[in-house]
Formats: sequence, C-alpha cells, structure tokens
Amino acid sequence: MTAGRDEILGAIRRSLGRSGPVDDSRAAELRARMAKPARNLIPARADLPPSEVIDLFRSQAEGVFATVDRVADMSEVPQVLTEYLKRENLPSQVVMAPDPSLDQAPWDNQPLLEIRRCLPVESDMVSVTSAPAAIAETGTLAMFSGADHPSTLNFLPETHVVVLPVNRIGKNYEDVWDLIRQRIADGEGDLNDLMPRTVNLITGPSRSGDIEQTLLLGAHGPRRLHIILVDSDDAA
Amino acid sequence: MSGSTTSQFKENAVRQLADVDLRQALTKSKGHFTGGRQNAMDKLPEFDALRDQARDLKDHVLENLDFYLETYEQNVIASGGQVHWARTAKDAQDIVLDICRSVDATSVNKGKSMIGEECDINEALEANGIRAVETDLGEYIIQIRNERPSHIIAPAVHLTKAQVETSFRETHTHLDPDRILEEPPTLLEEARTVLRKKYFEAEVGITGANFLVAETGSSIIVTNEGNGDLSQLLPKVHIVLASIEKVVPTLEDASTFLRVLARSATGQDFSVYTTVSTGPRRSTDPDGPEQYHVILLDNGRTGMLGTEFHEMLRCIRCGACMNHCPVYQSVGGHAYGWVYPGPMGAVLSPSLLGVDEAGHLPNASTFCGRCEEVCPVRIPLPKLMRHWREREFERHLTPRAARTGIRLWAFFAQRPGLYQMATGLQMRLMGWMGRRKGRFSSVPLAKGWTKYRDLPAPEGKTFQQQWAGRK
Repeated sequence: MTAGRDEILGAIRRSLGRSGPVDDSRAAELRARMAKPARNLIPARADLPPSEVIDLFRSQAEGVFATVDRVADMSEVPQVLTEYLKRENLPSQVVMAPDPSLDQAPWDNQPLLEIRRCLPVESDMVSVTSAPAAIAETGTLAMFSGADHPSTLNFLPETHVVVLPVNRIGKNYEDVWDLIRQRIADGEGDLNDLMPRTVNLITGPSRSGDIEQTLLLGAHGPRRLHIILVDSDDAA
Repeated sequence: MSGSTTSQFKENAVRQLADVDLRQALTKSKGHFTGGRQNAMDKLPEFDALRDQARDLKDHVLENLDFYLETYEQNVIASGGQVHWARTAKDAQDIVLDICRSVDATSVNKGKSMIGEECDINEALEANGIRAVETDLGEYIIQIRNERPSHIIAPAVHLTKAQVETSFRETHTHLDPDRILEEPPTLLEEARTVLRKKYFEAEVGITGANFLVAETGSSIIVTNEGNGDLSQLLPKVHIVLASIEKVVPTLEDASTFLRVLARSATGQDFSVYTTVSTGPRRSTDPDGPEQYHVILLDNGRTGMLGTEFHEMLRCIRCGACMNHCPVYQSVGGHAYGWVYPGPMGAVLSPSLLGVDEAGHLPNASTFCGRCEEVCPVRIPLPKLMRHWREREFERHLTPRAARTGIRLWAFFAQRPGLYQMATGLQMRLMGWMGRRKGRFSSVPLAKGWTKYRDLPAPEGKTFQQQWAGRK
C-alpha cells in the first residue's frame, strides 16, 4: 500500500507546515542522534558499589515475587536446583536451554534430575535458562533469543529457573542496550547487524489483576520465577 | 468504526450510575490504581523530571514524525519484516485479512491492542470466517461477554468476580457444571487452561505496540500476563498493530517512557514483561514467527498534528487520567460509548470519530484538573477539553437552553454592578423562600441537580457581600 504510505507522510508534512521531508541538515542531526544514542535521565537508585548493586537486584526481584538462591559457583547449581524442585513439590524433569554457559555445572551429580535440552512442549513443567544480563534498578532479567536460548522457555513452563552469574547484573536498562550493541559490533551469533529477534525483559513471574484488581500470579507465563545467583561463573 | 454509542453519553451515564455491579467494581478498583501510582512515585525522586523528559521527547518525535517513521520502516525491512500503512481503520482491517488469507489462517490469537479495538479487527476477522481469540484475561472476559473494554489497561474493571463466574459457566460448557468457581484464583486457573490450548492452534498472532523504535526497527510491548509473548512466539505470523505516533528514536528514549509508563498505570516500577521484537525469527532461531508485519495506522491522527489537539498525540495510554477522574469513576468506561474512555477519550474520541458524534464528551468533566496533574507526558487535558467545548459551541451543537443560559450569564458578568445587585436580590429571595425547611427539594431549571439531592437554601448574603464585609 504505497498509496497509503505517501498519503500519510504527505499529511504529516502538511500538518507540520512543511512541503517535503525535513531538510538535509536536520536529517543529518537526527541521524547522528540515533547513531550515538545518548542516555536520558537515569534514576540514581542503582548508582551503588558493585556488591550493593547485587543486593539491590535481589531485593527488587524478591519485591516482585521472584525467589532467589545464592551460591558460590556453578558446581553448586545442580544441587540447589534439585532442592528447589523438591521444596516446591515440582517434578525433576526439566527442559534446559542449549546455552553453553550452563554446561559448566556438574549436572551428572544429580542422577534424579532428568534434563532435556530443546524446545519446550506443552507438558513441560520446569524450564532452566541462563540470562545474559540483569538490571538492578527494577530486579529485571534480560533474555535474548538465539540458537542457545529459545524464547518459549521463558513463557511456556509453569516454573522458570534462571541461573545468573552475578557479574552479569548491570545497573540500568541502558546497560542492556549497550551490551546488545557490543554483541552486534562483535558479530556474535548470527545477529548480522541486527537486534536479537526477541529481547525479553522479565520482572517477576507472570501476573494479572484483571479480576477485581486482585493480584494473581501465573496468568499465562510462569507462576514461579526462581533465580539462582552465582558468585563466580568459573566451573570451580 | 461501528458500534460507537458515544453520541448517547448522557443516556449511557444515567444507566451506568444505576448499575449496582458497576458501583461495586469501581469502588474496589479506585484506591488500587491511585494508591499504587502514589507509592511508585514516592519511591522514585526523579519521577517528575522523567515526566518532563518524556514530554519533551514526544514533542521532538512529533516535530519530526515523518523522518522517524521512514527510518523505522527502513530498519523493519532491513531486519526482514514488512511495513503496511493504513490510512483508515478499514485499510487496517483489509491488510490484516490479506495477511491472514495468505497463510490460510482459520484462527488468530490477539494480545491486547487498543488499535485492534479502534479498528474492530475481531469483527472483521469473524465476518470472514476467521476465529479471533483474545488472550489477555480482561480482554478474554469481555470478548465472551460481547462487550467493549471499559478501561484502556484494565478492560474488565467494570465487572465483579460473580459476573465473571457467570460468563465462564455460560461459555465453558465442556467443563463440570458443579465445579467450584467463586474466587479469582480458580477463575484465572480456568482461563489459563482454556486459553493454553488455543495458543497452539493459531496461525497468526496479533499484538499492539507500546513503542516502535526507529533506530532498530523494533516494536515493544509491555504486559504482565505473558499472553502477548505467547501470542507472538507460537504462531507462524506476527502482526503488530500500531498507530503512527508510537515511534520513538532510540532504545534509550524508549527506556525513559518505560520508566514512567507502568508507574503511572498500575503503580508497578516495571511491568512483568517488556518485550522488544525485531523482524521474524533468524535462520538459527529455534522458535519465533516466520513472518513479521507492522501495520502503521493513521485514522485521523495526522489531522491532529499541528492543531490545538497536537499535544494529545503525546499520550502513551497509561490510563492514569481515568483512574483519577471523578466522572470516569462514577459512570465507568462504557458510558463513553467507544474505545477510549475518561479524559484522554474525551479529547481523542472527537478527533477520531468527529465532533458531531463525540464533541459533547468534554462536557462530562468537572475540570478538577487531576488528569493533567497525573499525566506522565503532561498533556493539558482540561485545556484540550475546553478547545472541544469551544468548537462545539461555535458549531451550535450545544443545546439551546445551555447557550441561552451562558449568554445570559455573560451579560451580567460583564456588568459587575448589575451582577451584584441581581445575585444579592436572588439570595435574599431564596433565603426567604427556603426559611422554613432550609433547603429546596426542587428548583426550576435545576431539576438535574435536585433530582438526586436537595439544594441548601442560602442564609442571606452572597459570597461577594461576605468578602466585602470581611475587609
């Protein structure tokens, strides 16, 4: 519908009192503004020393009904996961992202844990993923779609467990945009100069207030969001 | 734009005021939203400064709207997506239908979209034999009740849980009729189970967009339930419905709006799911849609640019204005008769539907100014409503009795001596007439007032006389 396109752009220009597109110098200015995106005002809330940034992330995430465990290194993750599943009375079959950063954990030492590394199906109850970044300001996790992280893992199963090395916790959303731009510049994955298809910023488990404004967890996405913070992401 | 009953606001409002369920539902929701927003604000000292920036950013975008839309389009195409331009709601319907037909779709899942409501997309799909399933819990409830949303972020805010229960029992007839279904958790559970099945059946998923990012060609949706994500990840085709003013330059700019949006809307610091979608799935992506389409809708918005209603295009659809509006909180959203209720609707609807159909909505305001006070992008809603009132007056759409009354008042107001004498006489007369009971149960020309309450009788002097006496 190029007719619609020209009509709409023409109507915008007429309404703004212009006979054509913005002039060249203005266009150059606007292009420069996008080429080097400046940060706008950022709340000072997360402006803290590194250890307190982690604490802020944790308290913010818990404030929106996520649950948090903290371990020293990846070697402890399988056991903590098993204990969590037991505590919540959840099955020990999990579907896990094919993310190589999760390979460092010694999953074999939990023989009861059944792990599939593929796309989730309707009957999957628990997913395990990592998160490439997190945001202390609001206790938010950032997930990027890609070969090692199907986005449906973030939504389909009723319980989502996220293994998060603490050195990935940033202060603000802007840190996530910078990380993505860096990855694009580094030519990582098959980004080909593009954003990942899906970037999910996730702040707590799914909820709804649509029935009499009663806060309920687990509307369509996960009922439970459990974060395992890992102090050192070395295999140890 | 079928189904608007906006021209019958008065009749609608009278009916809604007498609706006991609505009274109960609105009483419950009132403090929830206003208290939530206040809490969120108290925890963020920069909130007001962020609102200033958000306002300035939108003004910057509107000033260069054509440039940002063209840049956005280029970047959507560069990421493998397609952009369609819709001048009208009918254009948008046709584009959606064409895309659905191209993949032989029989079922479409919808994430919540006000543009979808504005364009009656569900009706267009159903008329063409394609099933449309709303997946947002509130939207699902009103879809099965065959209603319009009564609030832009809480579509079913007008309903009690008992009404939801009745609707579920009537619709989900395949389930045990003796099941217990009284409390919100069981209602949610049932909706989750019923809708879960439908996610896997749809060939097309439609979502709205809170923002479009020119820099990257991305669309952003903000939800709490996760339905918008399942609706766009599972089907083969993802269609984004967005109006043209949703574009922002960069991800950093989007972040500024995101910081004020949820706080103003529900009082959350951040919504549960903020999702940035760029093009279709990549060759190595294990999931995601194979096609990504964006429909950019005008539908009257270019006609607002550069006029006295220009500032309305800053709106980010948080709903704070209606949450704080004494009129909305009394009559509910359905009284407004169309998609957009409350103060933002009173300004936007006449622009989109025409002044003949909706020009009287701005009269449903006490001009208390709360809407402007809480607006995250500082839209001067009372001023814009006043502009519509002027237009309505100029076009002789105001009832004759009101016009005569206003003229009469203007005559006296321009002659202060006469005004004081006349009001002084009136007060003495009314004081004398009401001396026995101290109130009037009916007053000529003021039946609308005395129908619901008595008018207290004046005790003698006018305000101006008392003021002069104090000096």
